[in-house]
Amino acid sequence: MNFSEVFKQSNQLCKVSPDGKYLATCVQYRLVVRDVNTLQILQLYTCLDQVASMEWSSDSLFILCAMYKRGLVQVWSLEQPDWHCKIDEGSIGLVSSRWSPDGRHILNTTEFHLRVTVWSLCNKSVSYIKYPKACQKGMDFSADGRYMALAERRDCKDYISVFVCDDWHLLRHFETDTQDLAGVEWSPNGCVLAAWDSCLEYKMLLYSLDGRLLSTYSAYEWSLGIKSVAWSPSSQFLAIGSYDEKVRILNHITWKKLTEFEHHPTITNSKAVVFKEVEKRPVIPTEDLSIQQIAMESSLFDIQSKYEIPPLPVQVPVVKPDPDRANPKIGISAIAFSVDNRYLATKNGGFQVQSLFWHCSGDSVVLLGKDQLCLCYMATDEEK
Amino acid sequence: MGDWWTPPMMPDPGLGIREFSSVSHIDESPSRHRSPPATRASETNSKHSYSVLTAFCTEENIPQCVAYVNQEAAALGLCGVCVEARGAGPSLGAASALNLLYELLQLQRRGQRTLHDLETQQLKNNSDLEHLQHNNSRLKDQLEHTRRENSGLHEGERQLQLKIRTLQRYLKSEKEEVQKLQSIIASRATQYNHDAKRKERESAKLKERLNQLLVDKRDKRLAIEVANCVGRADGKRSLWKTSKMEARHEGEMYKALLSDYEGRHQVLLQENAELKKLLQLMKKDMVSMLSPRKTTRAHMPAEDSLEQAGSEPDDELCEGSRDPLEQMCEQAREQLANSIRLQWRRLKSHMQRLDSQVSLAASREQEEVISRREHEEAITHMKMELQQCTEFIQTQQQLLQQQLSLPCDEETAALLNDGYLLEEKERLKEEWSLFHEQKKNFEMERKNFTEAAIRLGHERKAFEEDRALWLKTQFLNMAPFVGHRRHATSESRRALTIGAQSGAKVPSSPALSCTSASHTGLSTPTSDPMTLPSTAELYRTLQLIPDSRSQGRCASNSFQSGATMTKSQLRDSCTDCSIFSVVRDGNSAS
Repeated sequence: MNFSEVFKQSNQLCKVSPDGKYLATCVQYRLVVRDVNTLQILQLYTCLDQVASMEWSSDSLFILCAMYKRGLVQVWSLEQPDWHCKIDEGSIGLVSSRWSPDGRHILNTTEFHLRVTVWSLCNKSVSYIKYPKACQKGMDFSADGRYMALAERRDCKDYISVFVCDDWHLLRHFETDTQDLAGVEWSPNGCVLAAWDSCLEYKMLLYSLDGRLLSTYSAYEWSLGIKSVAWSPSSQFLAIGSYDEKVRILNHITWKKLTEFEHHPTITNSKAVVFKEVEKRPVIPTEDLSIQQIAMESSLFDIQSKYEIPPLPVQVPVVKPDPDRANPKIGISAIAFSVDNRYLATKNGGFQVQSLFWHCSGDSVVLLGKDQLCLCYMATDEEK
Repeated sequence: MGDWWTPPMMPDPGLGIREFSSVSHIDESPSRHRSPPATRASETNSKHSYSVLTAFCTEENIPQCVAYVNQEAAALGLCGVCVEARGAGPSLGAASALNLLYELLQLQRRGQRTLHDLETQQLKNNSDLEHLQHNNSRLKDQLEHTRRENSGLHEGERQLQLKIRTLQRYLKSEKEEVQKLQSIIASRATQYNHDAKRKERESAKLKERLNQLLVDKRDKRLAIEVANCVGRADGKRSLWKTSKMEARHEGEMYKALLSDYEGRHQVLLQENAELKKLLQLMKKDMVSMLSPRKTTRAHMPAEDSLEQAGSEPDDELCEGSRDPLEQMCEQAREQLANSIRLQWRRLKSHMQRLDSQVSLAASREQEEVISRREHEEAITHMKMELQQCTEFIQTQQQLLQQQLSLPCDEETAALLNDGYLLEEKERLKEEWSLFHEQKKNFEMERKNFTEAAIRLGHERKAFEEDRALWLKTQFLNMAPFVGHRRHATSESRRALTIGAQSGAKVPSSPALSCTSASHTGLSTPTSDPMTLPSTAELYRTLQLIPDSRSQGRCASNSFQSGATMTKSQLRDSCTDCSIFSVVRDGNSAS
């Protein structure tokens, strides 16, 4: 692998544009836009304060820089470097800021989640959405960008509001049967909305686009519940990762459990291939591919490392987490389906993998750790 | 006295000793050393009654009896009796006899007493034995009983142990569950605490902020500063928010949902159709499997009814399959399912029947049905056939391979043949070479021969010249005889001709005849002196071949002349031919 020179950045704000042509990085209060191929600096913008969050618009024309401390959002244009836009939330403060799917509206979540302000760049109009919920994933846009689901909480009850992103018209508003709604996610086909409860209760609710409850799924009671959720790209499966170290797959016709995968610390499946990175230090990462689960442990590695395949059964070294802490580091924290629906990558336990992404071709996985980057290629066997 | 006294044994009845024991019940064992007369006496008296005294002792054998009695007494440790001679005959001493008797009586009494004692003892022992046996049996029963109790108790104990173990396990599981629940509770509690704390912090921040805001009262208005408005992403103009818009949104939403449902619906329809097709295929297969049996099952009316029942849904289904809408019908689906179930049941019953048939394979009435044995036999037969066929095929293959390899052999055979031919060719070549060699030799010989002939010719010529010279000299010497000369010349001419003829004819006469012959011979080819004479001419000149010209005339002459050719004749002929030779030599020389 070839690496370019090191560029400075702050707050891990480094994003490639959606069209893949530009690379934007933030260094303190400066926004640097480079060309992806040549890495030449194309634009340089200066913000008013240290940038806390930066996001490209969906059409790669604008970049949003949010400065939470000052409650400011600045938007920069690539086409016209002179163009500027500043959104000041005022005294109400700013907690998060994001683009809408059409790239012309900015949604700011104010402090204490008092409201969501929708700013339009087209007509400078403002819309407010009250009582958004402060939860793991309270806001989700559908894949086609037409609808937005927002989790709300009023009077100690959870609600979901569905907005049309065109004009922010409230389409549906319904109550959910949850104790403490933790997140919402649209299915890739935009017809089903998955809503799940917080980890104190295992409850997954499935709503159709028009707000009807399609199904409820609960695997068990009392123990800590859902930790992560992922839809398959074809919308046929919903993978639920929970604190009991299992991934359960639901099918989209009956919304019943199709199968469940365990994450046993000892890998004995004869079809599993375990890759062990061997290096000078004794801490060893392992990977197993070619079955539908991946458990990976990142480690500190020196420059020299190689992978060897140990014979089965392999004991994956597990660090027992502190059970007395809230949100313990056990359970499935990351799930990712491959693009062709064939593979599912999951991360179990306290392994230091921050993100898990599949390549769009479906044959490689990128694992991002705290200090490492791991790229796993899957060699597909020809069906004989 | 009694310790070595042995209880008497019952005597051998053959000897009839019982006669002696009528009084004392003591039978003496017959001793070998008893005097023969006593035995004789006893034997003789065996027919009588039990009068001992008369049998044992008579007037005659008193001393013997006494001796015997003394002997016995001594053996018993008693004093003996003595014999006193008295008037009538020897008689016993009364005192000693009485003493002996007394002692015997004592002995007897003692014996009785001991016997009595023994009997009592025996009785006692018997009773003791009985008692002991009774006790033994009682104790045995008791032991058995206790053992049974013991085993029962053991059993009970074991069961209790099992119970204990199960209870312990249960307890353990309960404890584990309790622990798990406790841990769950603990985690939930921590989570709750954490969330509560978070909320509390948030509320505190909120309160603080509220305070700040109330205190500050500096209302920083929220505002947006945009250099210029940006167009919409899709380029269209934004629309007003009206109820029509809302309706449109609703419509769009429903459209999206509907399209998704329809897509799924299509997929499910497709799957459904495929499954139905599969079921129909299965049904058809089952029907076809069962139908050959139907014709043989004429005596099963129940099945016919089932058949009919089965055929009806078939018909209906056939109709149903044509119309896709009817497929959706619940009825059609149920009918298909029912028919499948029916067929399956029939198949099962058929299989059961087959099994029963197999069990009744010996009965003759099932000839139309292939019993399992026959089936197996058929299978084995077929397998054998198959094996045979494969073997046959293999052998054929082998033969074919051999055949294919035979051309190679043929080639080798051809090669061999060629070899033979080669041999023959070589032989032929050798022969040819031989032939050629021979030819060459022959040629060489011929050459030599011709050379020799040439040499001979030359020599003859030389000789002829010499002869001519000599004849000339002779002629010159014979010059005075002129008359003879003509004669001689004619003679010589004649002689010459004769000689020539004879020279031509006589091959054996070497030089002279040769020269003459050569002359004549040479005359003919002297037109060309360089060429060698031909073989025939050579032979002719050498008179090997008879000359056709002079064959008739000179045949007789030749031999004669040849035989009688003398120098004189030669001289004559030479003179004749000297002229010619001179002329000829001159010719030849030129």
